Amino acid sequence: MGVFLIVTIQVDMHDQLAMKLQDDLTSAIAKSESRGVLIDISSLEIVDSFIGRMLANIAAMSRVLDAHTVLVGMQPAVAITLVELGMSLPGVRTALNVESGMALLHSLSDHPKESEEDASSDT
Amino acid sequence: MPPRTLETLTLASVSDIVIARQRARHWAIEMKFSLVEQTKIVTAASELARNTVEHGGGGTMVISTDGNRIRQALKLTFEDKGLGIADVEQAMRDGFTTSGGMGLGLGGSKRLMNQFEIDSRLGQGTRVTVTRWK
Ligand SMILES: Nc1ncnc2c1ncn2[C@@H]1O[C@H](COP(=O)(O)OP(=O)(O)OP(=O)(O)O)[C@@H](O)[C@H]1O
Ligand SMILES: [Mg+2]
Repeated sequence: MGVFLIVTIQVDMHDQLAMKLQDDLTSAIAKSESRGVLIDISSLEIVDSFIGRMLANIAAMSRVLDAHTVLVGMQPAVAITLVELGMSLPGVRTALNVESGMALLHSLSDHPKESEEDASSDT
Repeated sequence: MPPRTLETLTLASVSDIVIARQRARHWAIEMKFSLVEQTKIVTAASELARNTVEHGGGGTMVISTDGNRIRQALKLTFEDKGLGIADVEQAMRDGFTTSGGMGLGLGGSKRLMNQFEIDSRLGQGTRVTVTRWK
């Protein structure tokens, strides 16, 4: 079990800033050899297709770097809207808050790779 | 109440998409839409403003209100003088994209709002109007 990165998105990001976050975070995962990333989006008032794609990209890239991504704190109105928009956030795990997100990251990175894939069906 | 223009914004760069979201939120709150409704309106505004900037080469967003004493509507009109869309039906389909996006902007905005109108002419530009009723 290595370190976990925690990112809190606190502003309404324009598209280039979101792209920069995606790049910076991917480099940070590689550099720190961290096993997990927790992204707190509780301050985000909307998630559109662009931010959704960025979050899915971060999750996909972290998998390549052998890390897990957990998204926490999505506001209910945002979640409802995201479904209607048609974004399913493939490969992105979610948790209610930072605490349960951290617990999820711990349990994910304790398991060997094989059993993780099985475990993902009930999350 | 006759239709009334509340605000006109220029959409030229990605930072204007942020402003479009903020102004759509402002008027949705002003008109006392619920939080979920506000979120839907702002998300649709973000998608359509991005299309205007990214695909339409920039344009405008007009925020207006319509309706009567009993029912009011918030209307957002996005207009550009870009290349237009060759096949609107195809562009509306979820997953269709010419730019490596998700292809959810048009179809998603239609689902998030109550009314959706699109008028696009090749070589002349695109106008999309979405309406949310209270
Ligand atoms: N204003 C416009 N001018 C020209 N073409 C447009 C315009 N709006 C949309 N399109 C075309 O329609 C396609 C679908 O648009 P849509 O918003 O659904 O998806 P997208 O922008 O490609 O991806 P995203 O999910 O990130 O929005 C675009 O790829 C583009 O080809
Ligand atoms: Mg789009």
